[in-house]
Amino acid sequence: MAYPQLVMYEEEAKQISAILDKLVRDSNAKAVFLVDKDGQLISQSGETENFDSTSLASLTAGNIAATGGLAKLIGEKEFSIIFHEGEKDNIHISIVGQRVILVVIFDNRSSLGLVRLRVRKASDELASIFDKLAEKSTKAASSESPFAEITDEDIDKLFNI
Amino acid sequence: MSFINYSAREINCKIVYYGCGLCGKTTNLQYIYEKTNPESKGKMISLATETERTLFFDFLPLSLGEIKGFKTRFHLYTVPGQIFYDASRKLILKGVDGIVFVVDSQAERMDANIESFENMKENLHEHGYDIEQIPYVIQYNKRDLPSAVPVEEIRKILNPQGVPDFEAIAPKGIGVFETLKAVIKLVLIELKKGAR
Repeated sequence: MAYPQLVMYEEEAKQISAILDKLVRDSNAKAVFLVDKDGQLISQSGETENFDSTSLASLTAGNIAATGGLAKLIGEKEFSIIFHEGEKDNIHISIVGQRVILVVIFDNRSSLGLVRLRVRKASDELASIFDKLAEKSTKAASSESPFAEITDEDIDKLFNI
Repeated sequence: MSFINYSAREINCKIVYYGCGLCGKTTNLQYIYEKTNPESKGKMISLATETERTLFFDFLPLSLGEIKGFKTRFHLYTVPGQIFYDASRKLILKGVDGIVFVVDSQAERMDANIESFENMKENLHEHGYDIEQIPYVIQYNKRDLPSAVPVEEIRKILNPQGVPDFEAIAPKGIGVFETLKAVIKLVLIELKKGAR
């Protein structure tokens, strides 16, 4: 397959969650989301209950994909930061370690400068965790995967809803 | 690619509905959305033009039951079918786990179907995928229209590999869930293979 499968483990999930919590505090943000480039939500922190995080994840990934397409069109590798300014709320979107997307939603209690500064620090920490994860999931072979034992029955049961 | 989250005990998979313009991809998603329990579905997003043609994609998140203690989530996407949106179509295929190729059964759309199928193969190839390795099913939609070509004939052209295929009338829901179920099954079987 062309892309390595993203796998998340307990230990790394906790570390990521701690980094996001800190980012929300340090940047005075409303909420922070971490999304993979295929549009799947990885983690979130802050006042996330006010947002439809699944939709947010898929639209962000679409946004990054479209922006990436534009970048290639003009000969850039990627645009690593996108910023949307609203009347009250703003969205700062950045690519972390070329793998995942960090979304920060903030209002006038914060500023673009502060968000950029804190995002940069958090990004470095997150990038190293995702490096580790990538290594771990290549190594962690199938032996411990719970899906090797899926039966037809399991699959059929899914549809009895 | 599917995303396995051991921490949240979830698996996420991405399924894309592909096909020529106006073949009924969005209609499939709309029917699934209407008929699914509120607790199993999220919001459906359609990025469409003012004339309701898909501009970028439609998106529908579905949560089905558990497998081996893992919640299963499927993200359904459609691509824009119109030829000139190829750049967007390509983007949406990225990271796909399973594909539903929707065929417009009308005789006058056969060329468009073939073109779209070839386009899908090319776009998959550009992402480093091979159509033979990706789980996909075919849906022959619009079976109720007078100029619908017999399934056997379409099959010869578009499904010589003999992947699972279904007849459908999407606005009435005929064949819609059968198609979805088949592609999900193939995706899970692939996941199982990958796990070995």
